[in-house]
Amino acid sequence: MGTASSMLTQYDIEEVQEHCNNLFSQQEIVSLYQRFCQLDRNAKGFISSDEFLSVPEFAMNPLSQRLLKMVDGINFKDFVAFLSAFSAKATSYHKIELIFKVYDSDRNGKVSFKDILEVLKDLSGPFMSDEQREQVLSQVLKEAGYSKESSLTLDDFIKVLGQSELKMDVEIPVD
Amino acid sequence: MTSAGTLKTSRSELDLDRPNIEDYLPTGSSIQQEPRGKLRLHDLLDLSPTLSEAAGAIVDDSFTRCFKSNPPEPWNWNVYLFPLWCCGVVFRYLILFPARVLVLTIGWIIFLSSFIPVHFLLKGQDKLRRNLERSLVEMMCSFFVASWTGVVKYHGPRPSRRPKQVFVANHTSMIDFIILEQMTAFAVIMQKHPGWVGLLQSTILESVGCIWFNRSEAKDREIVTRKLREHVQGADNNPLLIFPEGTCVNNHYTVMFKKGAFELGCTVCPVAIKYNKIFVDAFWNSRKQSFTKHLLQLMTSWAVVCDVWYLEPQNLKPGETPIEFAERVRDIISHRAGLKKVPWDGYLKYSRPSPKHRERKQQNFAESMLRRLEEK
Repeated sequence: MGTASSMLTQYDIEEVQEHCNNLFSQQEIVSLYQRFCQLDRNAKGFISSDEFLSVPEFAMNPLSQRLLKMVDGINFKDFVAFLSAFSAKATSYHKIELIFKVYDSDRNGKVSFKDILEVLKDLSGPFMSDEQREQVLSQVLKEAGYSKESSLTLDDFIKVLGQSELKMDVEIPVD
Repeated sequence: MTSAGTLKTSRSELDLDRPNIEDYLPTGSSIQQEPRGKLRLHDLLDLSPTLSEAAGAIVDDSFTRCFKSNPPEPWNWNVYLFPLWCCGVVFRYLILFPARVLVLTIGWIIFLSSFIPVHFLLKGQDKLRRNLERSLVEMMCSFFVASWTGVVKYHGPRPSRRPKQVFVANHTSMIDFIILEQMTAFAVIMQKHPGWVGLLQSTILESVGCIWFNRSEAKDREIVTRKLREHVQGADNNPLLIFPEGTCVNNHYTVMFKKGAFELGCTVCPVAIKYNKIFVDAFWNSRKQSFTKHLLQLMTSWAVVCDVWYLEPQNLKPGETPIEFAERVRDIISHRAGLKKVPWDGYLKYSRPSPKHRERKQQNFAESMLRRLEEK
C-alpha cells in the first residue's frame, strides 16, 4: 500500500468534500480513498482505463466504454466528484446531468438522434438490428412530441426524466 | 480466457457453464423488477439502472475483495505497548530470524546430502528410491514449516495412498503446498515459476511427480488434462493435489473452481485450509510481493497458525455435471473453512471477462424493449 500519499489529512478530506459539494460524508470520502488506492495499482495518483477494466463487474457493463471516456486518468478529487452523482443526497438534476453527459459524447450540449442510437447500440448489442433501434426510437420520440431531426438539450432531458424519481443511488461501504 | 475459453459454448451450455452471477451480486445492483407498460421516451433515455451497476462496481466489487490483503490492526499505538512491540521486533529479526535461517540451512544440508545419493545410487531400485525420496521431501517440508514456526492443526483422517483419487484444496499461498506436503507426499500440478522456485520445481518436486502448466498457453489445457488422467491411473504415483481455484485468494473468499480436477472420473477428496491471521497474514498477494519477500515476511513473524481439515471424499453423483460437482465441493470446503463464495473465475486476475456476460445483459435489455414496444 504505502507511499506517503496513502494517508489523507483532515485538510485533504475537507477540500475533496467541498469539491463534491458535501454530497459525501467524511467517512465516505475516506472509504472512497481506500478504494481509489486499491484501484490505482502503482500509486500514480490517477486510475487508468486498464485498472478500471480489471474490475470484472465494470468490464462487463454495456456502458463501460462510454464511462471510461469520462473517467480515464481520473485523479481522486474528480473520482469523488464523478461518484457524487450517485450519492443519495444528490439532486435529480445532478443525476440527469450525468445521464445527459453520457449521451452527449461530443460535448456540444445537444443530444441528437444519432447519439441516442449509439447508446442504444451499446445497451442492446447484437440483439437488435439497426433498423429495429431506429424504429423504436422514432416511435417513442414521436409519441413524446419530438422528431427524428430534433436535438435534445439538458432541459429536454430534465423534462422527460424529471417526471418520476430517478433511482440512481450507490451506497459507499464504510468500515 | 475463462475456464470455458477453449470450449464451444452453445446457448444452452451457456447456462450450465456457471452458476447465475446475478444470484451473487449485491441485490441493489440487479434490475429490481421487470419494468412493465408501454415503452415511452422516458424509459429509453433512463440509463440509471446500468449506470448504477457500473458505479456500484467502481465503488466496491466482489472480485477485488478476494485479493485484498487486510493489514492486521496495529496494537502498538500506546506508550507502553510501543516499546513492547519494539522489543518484539528486535527479538524477531535479530534472534528468531537467524535461528530459523540456521534451522533451514541444516535442513537443506541434511536433505541434499541424503537426496542426491539416494537419487543417483538407487537408480535400479525404483520402489525403495521412491519411498526414500518421499520421506525426504516430507522431512524437508517439515523443516520449512519449522522455519516459520508453523502451528498447524490437522483434522480428519490422513490421506491414504490409493489409485483413482485426487485431493483438492483452497489456495492462499504457495505455502499451502508445503503445509500439506509435510504430512503426505503429494504430487502437485503447478504453474511453472521463474527463478529459484522454478529450479526447485524442476529438480526436487519432479521426484514426487509434478505436472507443469503455463497459464498463458491455451493449447496447454488439453495436454494438462491428459497428463492428469495418466497420473491418476498409475497405482504407484503419489496422490495428486490440485488447487482448482487456479490462483491465490486471500483466505476470506473462494473463487470458482476449475472443472479439470472434477472430470477425471475419480474420487475427489476435499481439503480445507484456514489461516489464523493473529501473527501474520499468510495470503501471498502475487501482485504486490515476490515469493521470496513473502517467505521472508513469514520468517520474521512469530508464527503461522492454520487449520487443515481433510474432508469426506466425494464422487460424481449420477446426473451431475463436472461443473456442478466442482461447485458442490467448493461449497463443502468454503463451509468448513468459513469462506465466502464468489462467482468469479480466478483467471480474471490476468484477463478480461468474456463478452458473454455483457451479452446476457444486452439480450435482456433488447428483449424488454421489443416486448414493451408491442404493448399498448
